[in-house]
Amino acid sequence: MFAAASAALLATMAFALTRAFLGPTIYDRILAVNVFGTKTVLIIAVIGFLMGRPDFLDVALVYALINFIGVLTALKVFKYRDLGTAGPAPKEGGS
Amino acid sequence: MDLLLDLLSWLTIGIGMVFLFAGGIGLLRMPDFYTRCHAAGITDTGAMLLLIVGLMFQAGLSFVTVKLALIMVFLLFTSPTATHALAQAAYTGGMRPESAQDETDPLEEAGS
Repeated sequence: MFAAASAALLATMAFALTRAFLGPTIYDRILAVNVFGTKTVLIIAVIGFLMGRPDFLDVALVYALINFIGVLTALKVFKYRDLGTAGPAPKEGGS
Repeated sequence: MDLLLDLLSWLTIGIGMVFLFAGGIGLLRMPDFYTRCHAAGITDTGAMLLLIVGLMFQAGLSFVTVKLALIMVFLLFTSPTATHALAQAAYTGGMRPESAQDETDPLEEAGS
């Protein structure tokens, strides 16, 4: 069962990679990379169970956090063209 | 009891695999970016939840289940946040859904 689940995960990762290569816009590529990262976390967990070593879950935890930070950083670069900026100035009487 | 747990975990992992395939094919074949976001959301939350719950049934009551729950909570917080930031960045970047009929800007109308 774990082998089948990891095969399905690998297939989805292949789909996501294809989208990342094809993707007409930069946002499609980032979306595909985000999906790929989430599936990496899942496949590490499933392979840990497949091999009878659930210690792999620590690695999966760290991957989950790194993936989130990485996606947000890439987004900030493409949105503001700069990593150091604090974002747009707040509007008058806004939010 | 063991057989029941095994059956439950096989059931959840099987449904999770169906969701994985559906989301992956949708990610490849949907026509524009926002519909692809929808397909990616299925694999990011639905399939993730089902797979991790299936693994939890296999692990039983132990520390492994706690780690799995932690991974689940992190992914539940982070992947919708990332998708939201992505869709907002695409919208402010001037990308419109393919089926949008009117040219008004909902972000401006809401007064942010």
